[in-house]
Amino acid sequence: MTVHIAIVGGGTGGTVLANKLAERLGPEIERGDVRVTLLNDGPDHVYKPVWLYVPFGQREPDDGRRPLEELVDDAVDLRIDRVTDLDTDAHQLQTRDGGPMEYDYLVLATGSTLEPERIPGLADGAHDYYSESGATALREELLSFTEGRIVLSVVGTPHMCPAAPLEFVFMVDDWFRERGLREDVEITYTYPIQRVHGNANIGEWARPIMDERGIEVETFFNAESVDPDAETITSMEGTTLEYDLLVGIPPHSSIDLIEEAGLGEDWVDVDKHTLEAEAADDVYALGDTAETGVPNAGSVAHYQAGVVGQRLANEVRGRPATATYDGKTLCFIETGMDSASFVEFDYENPPSPAPPSEKLHWSKLAYNEAYWLTARGLL
Amino acid sequence: MTDTDIAYDDTVDARGSACPGPLMDLIGEMRDADSGTVVRLLSDNDQSLTDVREWVEEAGNELLGVDEDDDYHTFYVEKA
Repeated sequence: MTVHIAIVGGGTGGTVLANKLAERLGPEIERGDVRVTLLNDGPDHVYKPVWLYVPFGQREPDDGRRPLEELVDDAVDLRIDRVTDLDTDAHQLQTRDGGPMEYDYLVLATGSTLEPERIPGLADGAHDYYSESGATALREELLSFTEGRIVLSVVGTPHMCPAAPLEFVFMVDDWFRERGLREDVEITYTYPIQRVHGNANIGEWARPIMDERGIEVETFFNAESVDPDAETITSMEGTTLEYDLLVGIPPHSSIDLIEEAGLGEDWVDVDKHTLEAEAADDVYALGDTAETGVPNAGSVAHYQAGVVGQRLANEVRGRPATATYDGKTLCFIETGMDSASFVEFDYENPPSPAPPSEKLHWSKLAYNEAYWLTARGLL
Repeated sequence: MTDTDIAYDDTVDARGSACPGPLMDLIGEMRDADSGTVVRLLSDNDQSLTDVREWVEEAGNELLGVDEDDDYHTFYVEKA
């Protein structure tokens, strides 16, 4: 009998996991004892961190896009298809083009979907750099922006890459300074809670830098509506801000399939150490899809994929699955166009941002190139 | 404030969520709630004792009561 492992989602988590399994279970796959299928609804793997640099004219969206077939080990059965239904009791998926698919183990790595339409006016009034189209549209506005007020509003949390809103305002501040335009540009940053970042340590580190650099801050600002004609954004708390350029971090959600399958409300409820779904047997979730409380970050999906890969390999071989995820998260944080900080933390140890340096900035850019080795399961 | 007996319309169970998850879950529920709706928030994060009070006041809503138990806290918030 062949054991079938189905992975849904060809982002960082799903792709790394597929390649890890191809490596760990190579002999079993070769003998036909194990089959690994990676399902993705498009042919490309997308490395989203590239989008932060697109509005500044430093990178192109294509720099973050490569065909999955070039990244995924040949031992993996790559299917370009969309999962339309999931029955965890029957261990069966339904796919749009390929019909039903049985599985023995299922891994959900479907990531985040943007939902700007949840806030009236946001889709029409705001730009973003959380999508290829958003990043290129923002580039058109930003490159010709010479004076006025830029408002960056974190509308939805949790969102992908929690540091990216801070990075954007730090970068845009430095970018206008370098070009001698900073005095003509106001920058305002809004955040839903009483500090500038969800993590208290990162918030306490960032706030003095923002104050020092003249980045205005509005906390307890939960966007309720945007008026694109009047160029204003209004919060649930009753504050209205005028803008000339609005950059919004839209609300995120998961795919409907998760809630429909009873795996959780939006995200999959998991044991945060084993990453096993709480509501179904033989189902794992990783990355943004798993409700673990850690940031929606590529490093998280990467480390979680390693854990799930080890667990699945042991389970297939009839051994106890002992690998666990400890909450490990790594993140570079750009603090300007030529400097960056770095944080590393886990469930037990909070982050302590490193002093910003040019070396860390170049480390971030170097990793963005080396990422393709990560996707292939090599780094 | 302990052992309140307050009628509520909806419950947000944020037990197990790390900060600021419980507050964000409450805000998400209040976003779509009608005026007068009472939401009950369950949180086992002590930071919520500060976060929730501050946000409710900032947003002009009303904190009707808080039960502080050993395992978790219960907040009753009415939308203005």
